[in-house]
Formats: sequence, structure tokens, C-alpha cells
Amino acid sequence: MSLPSPLTRDLRAFAGTMIPPGPSYGVPGADDETIFADIIKSLERDRDDVAAALERLTELAGRPFADLDEQRRLEVANALRREGGLAAAALVRVVLLSYYRDDRVMIALGQEPRPPFPKGHTVEQGDWSLLDPVKRRPPFYRKTP
Amino acid sequence: MHDKVDVLIIGSGASGAAVAWSLAETRMRILCLEQGDWVKPTDYPSNGRDWEARLFSDFAINPNRRRRETDYPINDRNSPIKVVNFNGVGGSTIMYTAHYPRLHPSDFRVKTLDGVADDWPVDYETLEPFFAENDRIMGVSGLTGDPAYPLHQPPMPPLPLGKSGARFGKAMNTLGWHWWPSDSTIATTDYDGRARCINLGHCTPGCAQGAKASTDITYWPLALRAGVELRTRCRVREITVGPDGMASGVVYYDAEGRERFQPAEVVIVACNGVGTPRLLLNSVSGRFPNGLANSSGLVGRNLMFHPYAYCYGYVEEPLDGNHGPPLCLWSQEFYETDPRRDFVRGYTFQFGRGFGAIMEAISSTAAGRLPFGPDHHRVYRQLLNHRIGMSAIIEDLPEEHNRVTLDPVLKDSNGIPAPKIDYTIGENSRRMIDHALANARRILEAAGARNIDAEVPILNGGWHLLGTARMGNDPERSVVNGWGRSHDVKNLFIVDGSIWVTSGAVNPTSTIQALALYVADAIKQRLANLFD
Repeated sequence: MSLPSPLTRDLRAFAGTMIPPGPSYGVPGADDETIFADIIKSLERDRDDVAAALERLTELAGRPFADLDEQRRLEVANALRREGGLAAAALVRVVLLSYYRDDRVMIALGQEPRPPFPKGHTVEQGDWSLLDPVKRRPPFYRKTP
Repeated sequence: MHDKVDVLIIGSGASGAAVAWSLAETRMRILCLEQGDWVKPTDYPSNGRDWEARLFSDFAINPNRRRRETDYPINDRNSPIKVVNFNGVGGSTIMYTAHYPRLHPSDFRVKTLDGVADDWPVDYETLEPFFAENDRIMGVSGLTGDPAYPLHQPPMPPLPLGKSGARFGKAMNTLGWHWWPSDSTIATTDYDGRARCINLGHCTPGCAQGAKASTDITYWPLALRAGVELRTRCRVREITVGPDGMASGVVYYDAEGRERFQPAEVVIVACNGVGTPRLLLNSVSGRFPNGLANSSGLVGRNLMFHPYAYCYGYVEEPLDGNHGPPLCLWSQEFYETDPRRDFVRGYTFQFGRGFGAIMEAISSTAAGRLPFGPDHHRVYRQLLNHRIGMSAIIEDLPEEHNRVTLDPVLKDSNGIPAPKIDYTIGENSRRMIDHALANARRILEAAGARNIDAEVPILNGGWHLLGTARMGNDPERSVVNGWGRSHDVKNLFIVDGSIWVTSGAVNPTSTIQALALYVADAIKQRLANLFD
């Protein structure tokens, strides 16, 4: 079930406030059309908590969050964050879940935009001689009667 | 009603699978009922771009969040540590980190050595051959020669150190403290039909490569080939008892929600430290009004988690991020009791790698490190792949007020009363946590970390579910005897973590499975007079 239109508008404004575009990093904001569509599509079991958080955002703002100017939006978003709670955590989470899997964002972070399988990753063996001092240590587990 | 089976096993996870495989050689008719499904490797999150997001939906570690049809709800509101599990073929081995230490010899003699809790009715030496057999079947990677343990020989070489492990190793050497590559059930070579690890890095919610040993790909293929029957989507409501006071079978619901009765000569419970007491407490009758096998009143009591103290920081050098198995090293420097400390027993440090992009963002936002607004991107770039983290696994002592009961209201989708958890962290554990955090900070500082922070306890850290149907020789102080048989019902056995007397301070799967093999062996040795 999707959010009512006013809450959808507030959610987009919140996403863009939380993570605005970063032109110097070559990344879109979380209110980018593609990312926001993914947020809406992925609400799933967080939908009710997100709606509750957005309603609380409206209360804190005194009017629809999306109607605030940028500075005020950031103040109100941070006020919600300071209040905390499960609903606020869900709101933040749904934004991050979609933002940090967007191809453009991942590439800008130097991450390959792909699932872990089937290519996997390389992890260096490291210097196993580091273990030599430990190997020289006598057994120290407690003997039992 | 189905035909009577010789042995009915409830639960197909770590212990149920092991006991099924071991008993298969008897040629008895063995049936396992599992409430979940088989999980296909192609369903695991690491196959898709939403791999991290699915940790918050169908592969969430907390069943109350995951809410699959095959899950049951758990009322954990009165516990600072939430129960995590998985319900399916393989049980919670589908969803574990594969960190695979054994209990130490001293863990079985806690009363004798430290004057607390109780000794186990079994010891390390007795279990040793079962540890070794289990290591072979599960496929363990590691390095022989750890001075913290009696000598044993993992069949595969250890997981790579990586940048994170090397940094921790250097730090521990600086401090002069023990560290060692972890025993792990992640295959580092091709092993018995399993492909070697390719560092997907998202091991906990199932391994798409099949390198992580879950019992659906280790014990179960062997057990099925040997003739064991495994019936999925069968949720057991209660164990029934005949007029002779022996278990007569179980009532369960099939996938369509139909009530079924399955008669059996022997019933073996393998539902974990929460599921097992739930089932026993739901199995009430005129003869057992307080739940089956509960004449001691201890079913559900002495619940032990391991409170986890997670400590982490950030270093200048980019590290492994979430690439590679998350846990690669342990330290047992503080495992054994030291009379100079203000607590008894001890803890393990397990050293991890970093987080993926989403987990880093969520964790750092929750901790207040990652700001909203224009500075978000700059700060985030200082965090991603720069995290270095470790956890202390704290030994929990058994306390009767920490318990599993039945919730008077909450029920699963079949109407079966759900478990309720009442748990507090004990004073000894709290002192241990303080000690561990101070030492973790020293280690992280020696590793060059800054912005050191901690999460204590890890909220969704109830991986290890132990002690709620403890074993012992005294029927008034234990639920099962020294080889897993109920004191009250002589054809009823328990083989999961419920039977643990104390918790040690290590991930329990290796010892749970060794114990299950030991109980199975005891059954085989006594087949002629099993119920005497």
C-alpha cells in the first residue's frame, strides 16, 4: 500500500534534505527521481512506521514539511532525528536502503555496482608471519581435573 | 494419521541434522519434521543488487522483523537482547556467521574450577572424537596449533587475514596478547562438493556460493541418501504422551494448516533454546500439567545468550569493507578465570572486517556520526571501508529468572502460543563487559583506530540460545540426563543448545553439533535397553 500523496511529497522532501545532491562528489540527492521511485517501491513492511514518522515531521514543522525552506527542513529533520524512536529510524532507513544501492552513487564511491555473487571479491592473505610470536607461546588453556 | 516411525526428530538445524545423519546407520525408520522450507542458494540475498536491503526484510535475522510464513513470533520486549534465528532446512546454520570455536575443557568444569553454576555431566575429552567427526562433515577451515586449545586439526587452511586481520594481528602482537585465525565452517578449498569461498562478504544471510556450511548442504544430503525422511512445512504443536507415560508422537500442522498426528517410538527435540522449551511447555497433559519433561520446573529457565559487546573505530587506510567472511580471527587472552579480576569466567574477542555501504550508513546515522544535509557526503567518505570492528562474546552464567515461557496472548499462524522471553544481563556479565570494552579500546587504539565507539549489548544479538532444558545427573536440577534423555520421559531426547549447563564464551554451533553426535552415539550404544 502506497503513502497518501501529501506524505509522499513530504517523504521526497525529507529524502532530499537528508541526502542532498553532492555535485562535487558527482552524486544525486536521495530525492532524485530514480532513487525516490525505488524508495517508494521498497517501503514494504516499513510503510506504517514511515507514515507515522512523516506525520510527526508535520507536527514538528507546524505545516507540511515540503512547504518549508531548505534551512528549516534541515532543522526539523534533525529535530526528528534527536527524538529518535522506531518510526524515525524506519524513515531514515528506507532512504539509505535505496540511496546506497543506486548505480551512480556506488560508482562515485568507487564501488562496483553489482551483487556480490558470482564474481566475489579479492581479500589478500596478509602476512602470516605475524602469527609467529603467538605460535611460540605455550598452551595456556586451563587443564581440568 | 501416518505410519509409526522409529525415530522422530523435530527440527532440521545444526543438531537435528547431525543426529539424523548419525542415527541413519541403524537402518531405523527416521523422520524429521521441519517447520520451514528448503532454501535455494539462488534465493540468497548476495545474488541481487538488494543484497543489503534484504537484511531488513525476508532475510532479517530477527524473526519478528522477517515475518516469513514459516517463522513464529517471539515476545522479546522484556529482554535487552532480541532472539535471532532462522526457520528452514538447516535452521539457524542458514543464518550464522560460521564462526566455529569449540568450548574449552574448562567450560565443562565451571563449578569445580570456579565455584559457580554447575559442572557438565560430560567433558571435553569425551566429546573430542565427536568434535573431530563434526569438523570433517561440516568442513572446517582453520590452523592447527592454537595455544588456547587442545590440539586439533581443521581440515582446511584458514580464512585470509586481509587488511583488517593483519592490522588486528599487529595490534595484538604490540600488546602481547593472544590471537589466532578462527576455526570457520567456510570452505577455503573445494571441499566435499562445496565450492571454495570467493569472498562474497555477505555470509550471514546464506552463502550463494555454497562455501558456508549449513546443514542443508552438509549433513542433510548424507542423511537423505541414507534413508532419512525430511518433511518440510510441518509445524509441531505438541508432543503427545501415552498411558504408559512415554512419548507417543506429535501433533503438527502441515503446509495447508491441517492438523496431523505422527506416531513415533522415540522423539528427539532439536528446536533450539527457545523453540524447545516452547514446545515442551505447550505439551501439557494430565500427567504433565506443567509441560513435558518438566518435573524439575527447569524447562525454559536458565536461558543464556552471550551478551555481545561490539567495539569499533575508523582508520585512515581503506580496509576490506565487507569483502570476505566477516569474522576471521579470535583472541582467547581473557577466556579463563583470573582471580585478579572482579568477575569469574571470561570472554572471547572475535575480530571482524567492515560493513557494506548501506550498513555503514545506517549504523553511522544511528550513532550520530553521519549528518543530514550538505556535509553528509564528505563524512560518509571518511567512514565507508575505514571501519575496523571487534566483539567480545561474554559468558552468561545460568540464572533461573532468565527464562522462556509461553505468551498468554501472542500466537503463531497456526494458533500455537508463542514464546515469551524474560532476560536481564547478570552482574558478573556486566563486569566482564566493562573489562572487555576497556581492552577492546586498547586493541583498537593499537590498531590505529580513532572515533572509537561501542554498541553494548548488540540489540539483535541473541544468536546463541542456551540452557533452557539443561543436562545433569540430578533429576531435580536438570531436564535431561548426561546423554540427552529426559529424566521424566524415557523415549524423549533433546539435542540442541537447550541442554547446555553453562554457556562458555564462544559461538556454540560446533559444540551443539558435537553434543548431538554424542547423544546419537549414546542412543546407538543402548538400542537394546534404551528405555531402561
